[in-house]
Amino acid sequence: MAVTIRPATSTLDVAAIRKDFPILSQKVHGDKVVAYLDNAATSQKPRQVIDAMSEVFESYNANIHRGVYEFSEKTTAAFEGARDKTARLINADAREIIFVRNATEGVNLVAYTWGRANIKAGDRIISTVLEHHSNFVPWQQLAKDVGAEIVMIDVDDEGRLRRDQFTAALAKGRVKLVAITSTSNGLGTVTPAKELTAEAKAAGATVLIDAAQAVPHSKVDVKDMGCDFLVFSGHKMLAPPGSGAVWAHTALLERMRPFLFGGDMIAKVTVAETTWNDLPWKFEAGTSSYVDAIGLGAAIDYLEGVGLDKIHEHELFLTGYLLPRLSEIPGVTVYGPKTLDDRVGVVSFNIEGVHPHDVATIFDSEGVCIRAGHHCNQLLMAKLNVAATNRASFYLYNTTDECDRLVAAVNKAKKVFGV
Amino acid sequence: MDDMYRDYILDHYKNPRNSGALPGATNSYHDTNPLCGDEITMSLLIDDDVVKDVRFQGKGCAISQASASILTEEIKGKTLAEVRAIDRQHILENLGIPISPARIKCALLGLKTLKGAAWGLSEWPGDDRAASPARANGSE
Repeated sequence: MAVTIRPATSTLDVAAIRKDFPILSQKVHGDKVVAYLDNAATSQKPRQVIDAMSEVFESYNANIHRGVYEFSEKTTAAFEGARDKTARLINADAREIIFVRNATEGVNLVAYTWGRANIKAGDRIISTVLEHHSNFVPWQQLAKDVGAEIVMIDVDDEGRLRRDQFTAALAKGRVKLVAITSTSNGLGTVTPAKELTAEAKAAGATVLIDAAQAVPHSKVDVKDMGCDFLVFSGHKMLAPPGSGAVWAHTALLERMRPFLFGGDMIAKVTVAETTWNDLPWKFEAGTSSYVDAIGLGAAIDYLEGVGLDKIHEHELFLTGYLLPRLSEIPGVTVYGPKTLDDRVGVVSFNIEGVHPHDVATIFDSEGVCIRAGHHCNQLLMAKLNVAATNRASFYLYNTTDECDRLVAAVNKAKKVFGV
Repeated sequence: MDDMYRDYILDHYKNPRNSGALPGATNSYHDTNPLCGDEITMSLLIDDDVVKDVRFQGKGCAISQASASILTEEIKGKTLAEVRAIDRQHILENLGIPISPARIKCALLGLKTLKGAAWGLSEWPGDDRAASPARANGSE
Protein backbone atom coordinates (compact mmCIF):
# COMPACT_ATOMS: atom_id res chain seq x y z
CA MET A 1 0.00 0.00 0.00
CA ALA A 2 1.10 3.55 -0.55
CA VAL A 3 2.15 5.39 2.54
CA THR A 4 2.61 9.12 2.54
CA ILE A 5 4.81 10.43 5.28
CA ARG A 6 5.40 14.03 6.16
CA PRO A 7 9.02 14.64 7.07
CA ALA A 8 9.98 14.23 10.69
CA THR A 9 13.44 14.60 12.12
CA SER A 10 15.04 13.63 15.38
CA THR A 11 17.25 15.94 17.39
CA LEU A 12 17.80 13.49 20.23
CA ASP A 13 21.25 12.23 21.13
CA VAL A 14 20.01 8.66 21.33
CA ALA A 15 23.46 7.17 21.88
CA ALA A 16 23.86 9.27 25.03
CA ILE A 17 20.32 8.48 26.18
CA ARG A 18 20.87 4.74 25.75
CA LYS A 19 23.86 4.89 28.11
CA ASP A 20 21.42 5.88 30.86
CA PHE A 21 19.45 2.65 30.45
CA PRO A 22 21.48 -0.32 31.69
CA ILE A 23 18.94 -2.85 30.42
CA LEU A 24 19.32 -1.78 26.79
CA SER A 25 22.77 -3.36 26.57
CA GLN A 26 21.52 -6.72 27.87
CA LYS A 27 21.82 -9.68 25.52
CA VAL A 28 19.23 -12.40 24.97
CA HIS A 29 19.43 -15.83 23.31
CA GLY A 30 23.18 -15.73 23.57
CA ASP A 31 24.59 -12.83 21.67
CA LYS A 32 21.69 -10.64 20.60
CA VAL A 33 21.44 -7.17 22.12
CA VAL A 34 17.82 -6.66 23.05
CA ALA A 35 15.75 -4.42 20.74
CA TYR A 36 13.00 -3.29 23.08
CA LEU A 37 9.98 -2.21 21.02
CA ASP A 38 7.19 -2.84 23.52
CA ASN A 39 7.00 0.58 25.14
CA ALA A 40 3.23 0.88 24.95
CA ALA A 41 3.18 -2.04 27.40
CA THR A 42 5.82 -0.64 29.71
CA SER A 43 8.98 1.44 29.44
CA GLN A 44 12.51 0.75 30.61
CA LYS A 45 14.03 2.75 33.47
CA PRO A 46 17.06 5.05 33.36
CA ARG A 47 19.86 4.88 35.91
CA GLN A 48 18.60 8.18 37.37
CA VAL A 49 15.26 6.61 38.36
CA ILE A 50 16.84 3.42 39.66
CA ASP A 51 19.31 5.47 41.73
CA ALA A 52 16.65 7.78 43.14
CA MET A 53 14.72 4.78 44.40
CA SER A 54 17.80 2.99 45.73
CA GLU A 55 18.78 6.14 47.54
CA VAL A 56 15.52 6.14 49.49
CA PHE A 57 16.10 2.60 50.71
CA GLU A 58 19.80 3.11 51.37
CA SER A 59 19.76 6.58 52.91
CA TYR A 60 16.53 7.85 54.39
CA ASN A 61 13.57 5.45 54.13
CA ALA A 62 10.76 5.98 56.66
CA ASN A 63 7.00 6.13 56.45
CA ILE A 64 5.55 9.36 55.13
CA HIS A 65 3.31 11.87 56.92
CA ARG A 66 3.93 10.22 60.29
CA GLY A 67 7.35 10.40 61.85
CA VAL A 68 8.73 13.54 63.47
CA TYR A 69 12.31 12.47 62.83
CA GLU A 70 14.65 13.42 60.02
CA PHE A 71 14.23 10.31 57.86
CA SER A 72 10.44 10.57 57.81
CA GLU A 73 10.57 14.27 57.08
CA LYS A 74 12.99 13.66 54.22
CA THR A 75 10.91 10.85 52.73
CA THR A 76 7.77 12.95 53.04
CA ALA A 77 9.49 15.88 51.33
CA ALA A 78 10.67 13.65 48.47
CA PHE A 79 7.20 12.11 48.10
CA GLU A 80 5.41 15.46 48.09
CA GLY A 81 8.16 16.83 45.85
CA ALA A 82 7.26 14.13 43.34
CA ARG A 83 3.65 15.28 43.56
CA ASP A 84 4.73 18.86 42.82
CA LYS A 85 6.69 17.65 39.77
CA THR A 86 3.72 15.60 38.56
CA ALA A 87 1.43 18.60 38.96
CA ARG A 88 3.80 20.89 37.07
CA LEU A 89 4.17 18.33 34.28
CA ILE A 90 0.46 18.52 33.42
CA ASN A 91 -0.06 22.15 34.53
CA ALA A 92 -2.12 21.30 37.61
CA ASP A 93 -2.23 22.16 41.30
CA ALA A 94 -0.47 19.65 43.60
CA ARG A 95 -3.67 19.25 45.66
CA GLU A 96 -5.33 17.88 42.54
CA ILE A 97 -2.83 15.05 42.03
CA ILE A 98 -3.91 11.77 43.61
CA PHE A 99 -1.25 9.10 43.48
CA VAL A 100 -2.54 5.68 42.45
CA ARG A 101 -0.88 2.45 41.35
CA ASN A 102 -1.70 2.92 37.68
CA ALA A 103 -4.23 4.40 35.26
CA THR A 104 -6.54 1.43 35.82
CA GLU A 105 -6.78 2.18 39.52
CA GLY A 106 -7.33 5.82 38.62
CA VAL A 107 -10.34 5.02 36.41
CA ASN A 108 -11.75 2.75 39.10
CA LEU A 109 -11.31 5.48 41.69
CA VAL A 110 -13.43 7.82 39.58
CA ALA A 111 -15.98 5.10 38.74
CA TYR A 112 -16.47 4.05 42.36
CA THR A 113 -16.66 7.56 43.79
CA TRP A 114 -17.88 10.16 41.30
CA GLY A 115 -19.47 7.54 39.04
CA ARG A 116 -21.62 5.84 41.65
CA ALA A 117 -22.75 9.16 43.09
CA ASN A 118 -23.65 10.77 39.78
CA ILE A 119 -24.61 8.20 37.16
CA LYS A 120 -28.20 7.02 37.50
CA ALA A 121 -30.60 4.70 35.71
CA GLY A 122 -31.28 5.93 32.20
CA ASP A 123 -28.13 8.06 32.01
CA ARG A 124 -25.66 7.58 29.17
CA ILE A 125 -21.89 7.07 29.13
CA ILE A 126 -19.97 7.60 25.90
CA SER A 127 -17.09 5.20 25.27
CA THR A 128 -15.12 4.28 22.13
CA VAL A 129 -13.76 1.14 20.48
CA LEU A 130 -10.27 2.59 20.97
CA GLU A 131 -10.49 2.27 24.75
CA HIS A 132 -8.10 0.05 26.65
CA HIS A 133 -10.14 -2.35 28.80
CA SER A 134 -9.15 -0.23 31.80
CA ASN A 135 -11.28 2.66 30.52
CA PHE A 136 -14.18 0.52 29.37
CA VAL A 137 -14.85 -2.35 31.79
CA PRO A 138 -15.23 -0.10 34.90
CA TRP A 139 -17.90 1.93 33.05
CA GLN A 140 -19.59 -1.12 31.58
CA GLN A 141 -19.90 -2.62 35.05
CA LEU A 142 -21.12 0.65 36.57
CA ALA A 143 -23.73 0.93 33.79
CA LYS A 144 -24.95 -2.60 34.54
CA ASP A 145 -25.15 -1.89 38.26
CA VAL A 146 -27.14 1.34 38.01
CA GLY A 147 -29.06 0.76 34.78
CA ALA A 148 -27.17 3.29 32.67
CA GLU A 149 -26.45 2.89 28.95
CA ILE A 150 -23.05 2.74 27.24
CA VAL A 151 -22.96 4.42 23.83
CA MET A 152 -20.01 3.26 21.72
CA ILE A 153 -18.18 5.43 19.18
CA ASP A 154 -16.63 3.60 16.24
CA VAL A 155 -13.52 4.34 14.18
CA ASP A 156 -13.07 4.77 10.44
CA ASP A 157 -10.88 2.54 8.25
CA GLU A 158 -7.68 4.23 9.44
CA GLY A 159 -8.63 3.97 13.10
CA ARG A 160 -9.72 7.58 13.57
CA LEU A 161 -12.73 8.27 15.78
CA ARG A 162 -16.06 8.90 14.04
CA ARG A 163 -16.81 12.50 14.97
CA ASP A 164 -20.28 12.25 13.44
CA GLN A 165 -21.15 9.38 15.78
CA PHE A 166 -19.82 11.32 18.75
CA THR A 167 -21.96 14.34 17.96
CA ALA A 168 -24.99 12.11 17.41
CA ALA A 169 -24.38 10.32 20.72
CA LEU A 170 -24.29 13.62 22.62
CA ALA A 171 -27.48 14.72 20.88
CA LYS A 172 -29.29 11.71 22.36
CA GLY A 173 -29.22 13.56 25.67
CA ARG A 174 -28.63 12.41 29.26
CA VAL A 175 -24.91 11.89 28.61
CA LYS A 176 -23.39 12.11 32.09
CA LEU A 177 -19.90 10.98 31.22
CA VAL A 178 -17.57 10.89 28.25
CA ALA A 179 -14.67 8.53 29.01
CA ILE A 180 -12.20 8.53 26.12
CA THR A 181 -8.55 7.93 25.45
CA SER A 182 -6.40 10.67 24.00
CA THR A 183 -4.13 8.10 22.33
CA SER A 184 -4.99 4.56 21.23
CA ASN A 185 -2.62 1.94 22.65
CA GLY A 186 -3.65 -0.48 19.91
CA LEU A 187 -3.26 1.68 16.80
CA GLY A 188 -1.39 4.80 17.89
CA THR A 189 -4.28 7.04 16.83
CA VAL A 190 -4.36 10.40 18.58
CA THR A 191 -7.97 11.38 19.21
CA PRO A 192 -9.10 15.04 19.08
CA ALA A 193 -9.52 14.88 22.86
CA LYS A 194 -9.54 18.63 23.37
CA GLU A 195 -12.25 19.24 20.76
CA LEU A 196 -14.30 16.27 21.96
CA THR A 197 -14.00 17.56 25.53
CA ALA A 198 -15.27 21.00 24.54
CA GLU A 199 -18.18 19.46 22.67
CA ALA A 200 -19.03 17.16 25.58
CA LYS A 201 -18.77 19.93 28.17
CA ALA A 202 -21.08 22.12 26.08
CA ALA A 203 -23.60 19.29 26.22
CA GLY A 204 -23.31 19.16 30.00
CA ALA A 205 -21.26 15.94 30.28
CA THR A 206 -18.34 15.28 32.59
CA VAL A 207 -15.18 14.20 30.75
CA LEU A 208 -12.49 11.70 31.74
CA ILE A 209 -9.39 11.45 29.57
CA ASP A 210 -7.24 8.31 29.62
CA ALA A 211 -3.81 9.81 28.98
CA ALA A 212 -1.75 6.69 29.75
CA GLN A 213 -0.28 6.70 26.21
CA ALA A 214 -0.07 10.48 25.95
CA VAL A 215 1.65 11.83 29.07
CA PRO A 216 4.83 9.72 28.53
CA HIS A 217 5.29 10.94 24.96
CA SER A 218 4.14 14.54 24.65
CA LYS A 219 3.23 17.65 26.56
CA VAL A 220 -0.21 17.30 28.18
CA ASP A 221 -1.84 20.33 29.80
CA VAL A 222 -5.03 19.66 31.75
CA LYS A 223 -6.10 23.31 31.68
CA ASP A 224 -5.72 23.41 27.92
CA MET A 225 -7.50 20.05 27.57
CA GLY A 226 -10.43 21.33 29.60
CA CYS A 227 -11.41 17.89 30.90
CA ASP A 228 -12.66 17.01 34.41
CA PHE A 229 -10.58 13.90 35.09
CA LEU A 230 -7.30 12.72 33.60
CA VAL A 231 -5.46 9.50 34.47
CA PHE A 232 -2.06 8.06 33.60
CA SER A 233 0.46 5.43 34.70
CA GLY A 234 4.06 5.98 35.74
CA HIS A 235 5.46 2.72 34.41
CA LYS A 236 4.95 3.74 30.80
CA MET A 237 7.00 6.92 31.36
CA LEU A 238 10.31 5.60 32.73
CA ALA A 239 8.94 5.33 36.29
CA PRO A 240 8.38 2.11 38.24
CA PRO A 241 5.16 0.11 38.17
CA GLY A 242 3.04 1.10 41.16
CA SER A 243 3.14 4.79 40.31
CA GLY A 244 0.48 6.79 38.53
CA ALA A 245 -1.96 9.61 39.06
CA VAL A 246 -5.51 10.82 38.81
CA TRP A 247 -6.01 14.50 38.20
CA ALA A 248 -9.31 16.31 38.80
CA HIS A 249 -10.39 19.85 39.65
CA THR A 250 -10.23 20.71 43.35
CA ALA A 251 -13.93 21.57 43.43
CA LEU A 252 -14.81 18.16 41.98
CA LEU A 253 -12.50 16.27 44.33
CA GLU A 254 -13.87 18.08 47.37
CA ARG A 255 -17.40 16.96 46.55
CA MET A 256 -16.35 13.34 46.03
CA ARG A 257 -16.49 10.68 48.72
CA PRO A 258 -13.18 8.90 49.39
CA PHE A 259 -12.49 5.68 47.46
CA LEU A 260 -10.54 3.60 49.98
CA PHE A 261 -10.86 4.08 53.73
CA GLY A 262 -8.19 3.65 56.38
CA GLY A 263 -5.07 5.30 57.68
CA ASP A 264 -3.65 8.60 56.45
CA MET A 265 -6.86 9.61 54.68
CA ILE A 266 -8.68 10.68 57.87
CA ALA A 267 -8.79 13.89 59.89
CA LYS A 268 -10.57 12.65 63.03
CA VAL A 269 -11.95 9.24 63.93
CA THR A 270 -14.51 8.52 66.66
CA VAL A 271 -16.72 5.48 67.14
CA ALA A 272 -19.64 7.38 65.68
CA GLU A 273 -18.04 9.34 62.86
CA THR A 274 -14.93 9.97 60.75
CA THR A 275 -13.92 13.11 58.95
CA TRP A 276 -11.58 13.17 55.96
CA ASN A 277 -8.09 14.51 55.49
CA ASP A 278 -7.48 17.42 53.12
CA LEU A 279 -6.86 16.96 49.40
CA PRO A 280 -5.20 15.01 47.98
CA TRP A 281 -4.58 12.72 50.98
CA LYS A 282 -8.31 12.12 51.40
CA PHE A 283 -7.92 9.73 48.45
CA GLU A 284 -4.68 8.04 49.55
CA ALA A 285 -5.55 5.47 52.22
CA GLY A 286 -2.80 3.44 53.85
CA THR A 287 0.91 3.75 53.23
CA SER A 288 1.33 4.97 49.66
CA SER A 289 3.81 3.44 47.23
CA TYR A 290 5.96 6.42 48.10
CA VAL A 291 9.22 5.05 46.71
CA ASP A 292 7.48 4.44 43.38
CA ALA A 293 6.14 8.00 43.48
CA ILE A 294 9.66 9.30 44.17
CA GLY A 295 10.79 7.25 41.16
CA LEU A 296 8.06 8.95 39.12
CA GLY A 297 9.42 12.32 40.19
CA ALA A 298 12.89 11.31 38.99
CA ALA A 299 11.41 10.06 35.71
CA ILE A 300 9.68 13.40 35.15
CA ASP A 301 12.99 15.20 35.78
CA TYR A 302 14.60 12.96 33.18
CA LEU A 303 11.86 13.40 30.57
CA GLU A 304 11.81 17.17 31.02
CA GLY A 305 15.60 17.25 30.83
CA VAL A 306 15.46 15.55 27.43
CA GLY A 307 12.36 17.49 26.36
CA LEU A 308 8.95 15.97 25.66
CA ASP A 309 8.62 17.84 22.37
CA LYS A 310 11.88 16.32 21.16
CA ILE A 311 10.80 12.87 22.35
CA HIS A 312 7.52 13.19 20.45
CA GLU A 313 9.37 14.23 17.26
CA HIS A 314 11.86 11.37 17.64
CA GLU A 315 9.06 8.82 17.90
CA LEU A 316 7.35 10.28 14.83
CA PHE A 317 10.68 10.13 13.01
CA LEU A 318 10.99 6.41 13.81
CA THR A 319 7.35 5.80 12.84
CA GLY A 320 7.96 7.59 9.53
CA TYR A 321 11.00 5.37 9.03
CA LEU A 322 9.25 2.09 9.85
CA LEU A 323 5.80 2.53 8.28
CA PRO A 324 6.82 2.52 4.58
CA ARG A 325 9.43 -0.22 5.09
CA LEU A 326 6.88 -2.43 6.78
CA SER A 327 4.01 -1.62 4.43
CA GLU A 328 5.98 -2.51 1.30
CA ILE A 329 6.57 -6.10 2.44
CA PRO A 330 4.13 -8.38 0.58
CA GLY A 331 1.60 -9.94 2.92
CA VAL A 332 2.01 -7.34 5.68
CA THR A 333 -1.05 -5.36 6.74
CA VAL A 334 -0.46 -2.24 8.84
CA TYR A 335 -3.42 -1.03 10.91
CA GLY A 336 -4.17 2.51 11.98
CA PRO A 337 -3.39 5.88 10.42
CA LYS A 338 -1.26 5.61 7.28
CA THR A 339 0.27 9.05 7.78
CA LEU A 340 2.01 10.73 10.69
CA ASP A 341 -0.90 13.08 11.30
CA ASP A 342 -2.75 12.37 14.53
CA ARG A 343 -0.70 9.36 15.46
CA VAL A 344 2.15 8.37 17.76
CA GLY A 345 4.88 5.76 17.66
CA VAL A 346 2.69 2.67 17.84
CA VAL A 347 2.69 0.41 14.78
CA SER A 348 0.21 -2.48 14.70
CA PHE A 349 0.50 -5.03 11.92
CA ASN A 350 -0.13 -8.59 10.82
CA ILE A 351 1.69 -10.97 8.50
CA GLU A 352 -0.67 -13.00 6.34
CA GLY A 353 -0.44 -16.67 7.22
CA VAL A 354 1.52 -16.22 10.45
CA HIS A 355 -0.32 -15.88 13.76
CA PRO A 356 0.95 -12.97 15.91
CA HIS A 357 2.10 -15.31 18.66
CA ASP A 358 4.27 -17.16 16.19
CA VAL A 359 5.54 -13.83 14.87
CA ALA A 360 6.48 -12.66 18.36
CA THR A 361 8.23 -15.95 19.12
CA ILE A 362 10.33 -15.68 15.96
CA PHE A 363 11.05 -12.01 16.72
CA ASP A 364 12.14 -13.04 20.19
CA SER A 365 14.65 -15.44 18.67
CA GLU A 366 16.20 -12.34 17.03
CA GLY A 367 16.14 -10.35 20.28
CA VAL A 368 13.30 -8.12 19.05
CA CYS A 369 10.65 -7.56 21.75
CA ILE A 370 7.18 -6.68 20.48
CA ARG A 371 3.70 -7.29 21.78
CA ALA A 372 1.46 -9.89 20.18
CA GLY A 373 -2.13 -10.15 21.30
CA HIS A 374 -5.23 -8.05 21.69
CA HIS A 375 -3.48 -5.27 23.64
CA CYS A 376 -6.35 -5.14 26.17
CA ASN A 377 -8.33 -3.86 23.18
CA GLN A 378 -10.77 -6.63 22.31
CA LEU A 379 -13.40 -4.14 21.12
CA LEU A 380 -10.90 -2.74 18.63
CA MET A 381 -9.74 -6.21 17.52
CA ALA A 382 -13.39 -7.09 16.81
CA LYS A 383 -13.72 -3.90 14.75
CA LEU A 384 -10.56 -4.79 12.78
CA ASN A 385 -11.91 -8.33 12.46
CA VAL A 386 -8.73 -9.90 13.79
CA ALA A 387 -8.04 -11.96 16.93
CA ALA A 388 -4.74 -10.27 17.55
CA THR A 389 -2.05 -8.08 16.02
CA ASN A 390 1.67 -7.55 16.35
CA ARG A 391 2.55 -4.19 17.81
CA ALA A 392 5.85 -2.32 17.87
CA SER A 393 5.92 0.83 20.02
CA PHE A 394 8.70 3.36 20.37
CA TYR A 395 10.26 5.50 23.06
CA LEU A 396 13.08 7.99 23.28
CA TYR A 397 15.83 5.34 23.27
CA ASN A 398 14.78 3.47 20.11
CA THR A 399 16.77 3.64 16.87
CA THR A 400 16.39 3.15 13.12
CA ASP A 401 18.73 0.18 13.52
CA GLU A 402 16.10 -1.47 15.73
CA CYS A 403 13.49 -0.75 13.03
CA ASP A 404 15.76 -2.50 10.51
CA ARG A 405 16.04 -5.50 12.83
CA LEU A 406 12.25 -5.62 13.07
CA VAL A 407 11.90 -5.58 9.28
CA ALA A 408 14.50 -8.36 9.00
CA ALA A 409 12.57 -10.36 11.60
CA VAL A 410 9.37 -9.96 9.56
CA ASN A 411 11.18 -11.44 6.57
CA LYS A 412 12.50 -14.26 8.73
CA ALA A 413 8.98 -15.08 9.97
CA LYS A 414 7.76 -15.17 6.39
CA LYS A 415 10.62 -17.46 5.41
CA VAL A 416 10.05 -19.87 8.33
CA PHE A 417 6.35 -20.14 7.48
CA GLY A 418 6.93 -20.18 3.73
CA VAL A 419 4.60 -17.27 3.06
CA MET B 1 13.67 -20.80 19.82
CA ASP B 2 13.96 -21.43 16.09
CA ASP B 3 13.58 -25.08 17.07
CA MET B 4 9.89 -24.47 17.72
CA TYR B 5 9.06 -24.22 14.05
CA ARG B 6 10.29 -27.54 12.73
CA ASP B 7 8.98 -28.83 9.43
CA TYR B 8 6.49 -31.30 10.92
CA ILE B 9 5.00 -28.57 13.16
CA LEU B 10 4.53 -26.28 10.18
CA ASP B 11 3.19 -29.19 8.13
CA HIS B 12 0.52 -29.97 10.73
CA TYR B 13 -0.30 -26.24 10.95
CA LYS B 14 -0.75 -25.83 7.22
CA ASN B 15 -2.28 -29.25 6.57
CA PRO B 16 -4.13 -30.14 9.73
CA ARG B 17 -5.11 -33.82 10.00
CA ASN B 18 -8.68 -34.77 10.91
CA SER B 19 -9.80 -31.24 10.33
CA GLY B 20 -13.41 -30.17 9.94
CA ALA B 21 -16.85 -30.98 11.29
CA LEU B 22 -17.66 -34.52 12.38
CA PRO B 23 -21.15 -35.59 11.27
CA GLY B 24 -22.80 -37.74 13.92
CA ALA B 25 -20.39 -36.67 16.67
CA THR B 26 -21.50 -37.88 20.09
CA ASN B 27 -19.23 -35.59 22.10
CA SER B 28 -17.97 -32.13 21.33
CA TYR B 29 -16.09 -29.51 23.32
CA HIS B 30 -15.09 -25.97 22.39
CA ASP B 31 -12.58 -23.79 24.16
CA THR B 32 -10.48 -20.71 23.54
CA ASN B 33 -7.28 -19.25 24.75
CA PRO B 34 -8.67 -15.76 25.37
CA LEU B 35 -5.24 -14.27 25.79
CA CYS B 36 -4.28 -14.79 22.17
CA GLY B 37 -7.46 -15.86 20.44
CA ASP B 38 -6.68 -19.55 19.75
CA GLU B 39 -9.87 -21.57 19.32
CA ILE B 40 -10.46 -25.30 19.04
CA THR B 41 -13.57 -27.43 18.85
CA MET B 42 -12.84 -31.14 19.35
CA SER B 43 -15.50 -33.60 18.24
CA LEU B 44 -15.57 -37.33 18.97
CA LEU B 45 -17.70 -40.19 17.73
CA ILE B 46 -17.78 -42.61 20.63
CA ASP B 47 -19.28 -46.03 20.38
CA ASP B 48 -19.12 -48.60 23.17
CA ASP B 49 -16.55 -46.47 25.04
CA VAL B 50 -14.22 -46.44 22.03
CA VAL B 51 -13.29 -43.40 19.93
CA LYS B 52 -14.44 -44.39 16.44
CA ASP B 53 -13.68 -41.04 14.85
CA VAL B 54 -12.30 -37.61 15.70
CA ARG B 55 -12.23 -34.22 14.01
CA PHE B 56 -11.22 -30.77 15.14
CA GLN B 57 -11.95 -27.27 13.95
CA GLY B 58 -9.81 -24.38 15.02
CA LYS B 59 -7.89 -21.25 14.34
CA GLY B 60 -4.91 -19.73 16.00
CA CYS B 61 -1.16 -20.02 16.23
CA ALA B 62 0.94 -22.79 14.72
CA ILE B 63 1.65 -24.36 18.10
CA SER B 64 -2.01 -24.69 19.14
CA GLN B 65 -3.19 -26.02 15.79
CA ALA B 66 -0.28 -28.40 15.21
CA SER B 67 -0.59 -29.75 18.74
CA ALA B 68 -4.29 -30.51 18.22
CA SER B 69 -3.65 -32.04 14.80
CA ILE B 70 -0.93 -34.34 16.11
CA LEU B 71 -3.18 -35.36 18.99
CA THR B 72 -6.07 -36.40 16.73
CA GLU B 73 -3.79 -38.78 14.82
CA GLU B 74 -3.27 -41.07 17.75
CA ILE B 75 -6.62 -41.34 19.48
CA LYS B 76 -8.76 -43.10 16.89
CA GLY B 77 -9.51 -46.58 18.23
CA LYS B 78 -8.48 -45.73 21.77
CA THR B 79 -10.86 -46.38 24.66
CA LEU B 80 -12.33 -43.48 26.59
CA ALA B 81 -10.24 -44.49 29.59
CA GLU B 82 -7.07 -44.29 27.51
CA VAL B 83 -7.99 -40.90 26.10
CA ARG B 84 -8.84 -39.54 29.52
CA ALA B 85 -5.44 -40.66 30.80
CA ILE B 86 -3.40 -38.64 28.27
CA ASP B 87 -1.42 -36.06 30.21
CA ARG B 88 0.38 -32.84 29.37
CA GLN B 89 3.77 -34.50 29.46
CA HIS B 90 2.65 -36.78 26.65
CA ILE B 91 1.59 -33.76 24.57
CA LEU B 92 4.88 -31.98 25.10
CA GLU B 93 6.81 -35.12 24.16
CA ASN B 94 4.63 -35.53 21.07
CA LEU B 95 5.41 -31.98 19.99
CA GLY B 96 9.09 -32.66 20.53
CA ILE B 97 10.04 -28.99 20.62
CA PRO B 98 10.96 -26.65 23.45
CA ILE B 99 7.82 -24.83 24.56
CA SER B 100 8.42 -21.59 26.44
CA PRO B 101 6.21 -20.84 29.46
CA ALA B 102 4.39 -18.16 27.46
CA ARG B 103 3.31 -20.74 24.89
CA ILE B 104 2.24 -23.65 27.13
CA LYS B 105 -1.41 -22.67 26.89
CA CYS B 106 -1.21 -22.78 23.12
CA ALA B 107 0.36 -26.24 23.21
CA LEU B 108 -2.24 -27.67 25.61
CA LEU B 109 -5.48 -26.25 24.19
CA GLY B 110 -6.01 -29.33 21.99
CA LEU B 111 -5.62 -31.63 25.00
CA LYS B 112 -7.99 -29.53 27.04
CA THR B 113 -10.73 -29.71 24.42
CA LEU B 114 -10.13 -33.44 23.98
CA LYS B 115 -10.54 -33.97 27.72
CA GLY B 116 -13.67 -31.86 27.72
CA ALA B 117 -15.13 -33.99 24.94
CA ALA B 118 -13.99 -37.29 26.44
CA TRP B 119 -15.58 -36.46 29.78
CA GLY B 120 -18.72 -35.17 28.07
CA LEU B 121 -18.40 -31.73 29.63
CA SER B 122 -20.34 -28.67 28.62
CA GLU B 123 -18.07 -26.33 30.52
CA TRP B 124 -14.77 -26.75 32.32
CA PRO B 125 -15.36 -27.50 35.99
CA GLY B 126 -13.87 -25.00 38.43
CA ASP B 127 -10.38 -23.68 38.21
CA ASP B 128 -8.73 -24.70 34.95
CA ARG B 129 -5.20 -23.82 35.96
CA ALA B 130 -4.44 -27.49 36.43
CA ALA B 131 -4.98 -27.95 32.70
CA SER B 132 -3.41 -24.69 31.59
CA PRO B 133 -0.87 -23.48 34.09
CA ALA B 134 0.80 -20.63 32.25
CA ARG B 135 -0.56 -17.11 32.27
CA ALA B 136 1.07 -15.07 29.59
CA ASN B 137 0.50 -12.21 27.21
CA GLY B 138 -2.32 -10.91 29.31
CA SER B 139 -2.23 -7.19 29.69
CA GLU B 140 -0.18 -4.13 29.71
